[in-house]
Amino acid sequence: MSSKSSHKPKIAVFKFASCDGCQLSLLDAEDELLSVVDAIEIAYFPEATRATLKGPYDIGLVEGSVTTHHDAQRIQEIRRKCKMLVTIGACATAGGIQALRNWKDVDEFIRVVYATPQFISTLKLSTPIAEHVPVDFELRGCPINKSHLIELITATLAGRKPNIPLYSVCLECKRKGNVCIAVAQGTACLGPVTQAGCGALCPSYDRGCYGCYGPMETPNTASLAGQFRVLGCSDAQITQAFRGFNAWSWQFRKISEEYERK
Amino acid sequence: MSGHTKTIRVDTLARVEGEGALLIKLVGERVADVKLRIFEPPRFFEAFLRGRHFTDAPDITARVCGICPVAYQMSAAHAMERALGIHIDPAVRLLRRLFYCGEWIESHVLHIYMLHAPDFLGFQDVIGMARDHKPIVERALRLKKIGNRIVSLLGGREIHPVSATVGGFYKVPAKSQLQELVEDLQWAQEASLETVRWTATLDFPDFEQDYEFVALRHPDEYPLNEGRLVSNRGLDIDAAEYEDHFIEQQVKHSNALHSVIRGRDSYLVGPMARFNLNFDRLPQVAQQVARDVKLTAPVRNPFRSIIVRAVEVVFACAEALRIIGEYEPPPTPRVEAPNRAGVGHAITEAPRGILYHRYALDENGLIVTAKIVPPTSQNQKRIEDDLRDYAARLVAWPLDEATWKCEQAIRNYDPCISCATHFLKLTVEREQTNGE
Repeated sequence: MSSKSSHKPKIAVFKFASCDGCQLSLLDAEDELLSVVDAIEIAYFPEATRATLKGPYDIGLVEGSVTTHHDAQRIQEIRRKCKMLVTIGACATAGGIQALRNWKDVDEFIRVVYATPQFISTLKLSTPIAEHVPVDFELRGCPINKSHLIELITATLAGRKPNIPLYSVCLECKRKGNVCIAVAQGTACLGPVTQAGCGALCPSYDRGCYGCYGPMETPNTASLAGQFRVLGCSDAQITQAFRGFNAWSWQFRKISEEYERK
Repeated sequence: MSGHTKTIRVDTLARVEGEGALLIKLVGERVADVKLRIFEPPRFFEAFLRGRHFTDAPDITARVCGICPVAYQMSAAHAMERALGIHIDPAVRLLRRLFYCGEWIESHVLHIYMLHAPDFLGFQDVIGMARDHKPIVERALRLKKIGNRIVSLLGGREIHPVSATVGGFYKVPAKSQLQELVEDLQWAQEASLETVRWTATLDFPDFEQDYEFVALRHPDEYPLNEGRLVSNRGLDIDAAEYEDHFIEQQVKHSNALHSVIRGRDSYLVGPMARFNLNFDRLPQVAQQVARDVKLTAPVRNPFRSIIVRAVEVVFACAEALRIIGEYEPPPTPRVEAPNRAGVGHAITEAPRGILYHRYALDENGLIVTAKIVPPTSQNQKRIEDDLRDYAARLVAWPLDEATWKCEQAIRNYDPCISCATHFLKLTVEREQTNGE
């Protein structure tokens, strides 16, 4: 790093409990990848490179949720090294699908999966990064939309705020001209309470949204859950509908717990 | 330890999916210890799948791996269909093969060019490689994008697609939509042939091992979704018999569970196993280019798996074109799957090798038990076996070069540690003593 006085911003990519899909989005940006790496310096990204540069980093992208003592410490160190910390994807922003353990006995979970439970060191909860350190920006999605990632990098380089939608999936459906599957077909759809970003994928493929992008700003989950009931969903089904990839986001957590108690 | 002890240590394995570390201890000329350590945290998929409806399994298990979500969706859907006793439409069967071809192209090209080739050419990563070999990297990106395009067209997006489900798809494409892929795929077919020829020019160490290869085998086709599980040592079983023949073994020197064949030892799954056991099922174009570059089954040099992957990309492009040529949409996107109790098993060929799923359902269609065995867990013992032999040849090498070579030997397997982790023993210990 001392070999040349490069002014390119240094980007680091860190992984916690996750599937690797969100960081793969960067390598999946086939059209933009070569120009992106011209504009920035990949300082730490083990999935893509052996080379590592020491911090501090201008942008830290964090994928995954915190599930071990070791990771709870590691995120503190990472925060100190990153000027701007961005969480990418549902694991990092909401605890991910592995947060389903949060309502169960994790020791029992360990016994189900592992033959020798005493070797496993894990926390009782899978938690989002923002429960541990301040986060500068969140990119939602399971997985994130790669164009959001490119927008985030571009906006940061230009010194402006990334232009990422905060409204619901419903608006994307309207824009695409989709016939509403909830109204027309009676399909249970989380679109009205879910943040946009996917391009209304599931409704476009004739199925209800399952909430990859997590709760939108001020979602009316109570009203939607009531509507699910009208469509014939049981309380258990309503609980599970909100217990997906963003189950531990407080808005979805609150409504799922309400229906679990019924 | 004596002054002859030397330790090869990699604290964070790069260019693999997920987080792992490597420790090899050499005492004199002897390899005293090999540990492929996994510190990726466990995520407990089998546990939290319990109580979920069977239709959730393809969506949830996809999240085991962002690199091969299609594989998880396919194994889950097939296992559920067996549990429920339903049969998919032949057109859906074709679409699933096409879907899988897209993932193979995307995943293999990622590994060949972006994760593995930099080792052969002495670059830290594909970014460095792009400076000196820009046209090659551009070819890779274009080829990879075509694989992703197939997955996106059928599934909505390349990572965690949304359309595949038990019984078929939520929505199937029109014939004309698939036709739009043809021109790209024709280019991809040529580019895949160039990829084979290019990978064959790389330098390979003289290193062969005596493997038990395990892969699916289908009566007529190169295996993707179906077939019996066979090996070069006489294994020939149905997916439902998998757990009778494969066991997970705890090894003293490692905190990781190792998959072995009952009564025998480690085995190898993935491109080399498929190629060696199914060469006769490859289309002519793939067989011919393999012969042209003198790649003949059985391939026993794991470093040459990069060429085998390229041959599989040739297959995937040819197969995709064949399917698109034949395709007529099914009468309905999916067959209805009523709730009922049952047990279902399935094995499909993920890019990295066989992926086993088993589910038991109750009468409401809710999951009672789930078991998933990903390819990387199965290859893990085999990777250590390779390293034990390979590291012994590197004793005289400078430590940093020997370390890089060992990393390359691990990357021969395109290991996906994220996949393996819910199965592997976790170790939070990231480093061992220096050994010096």
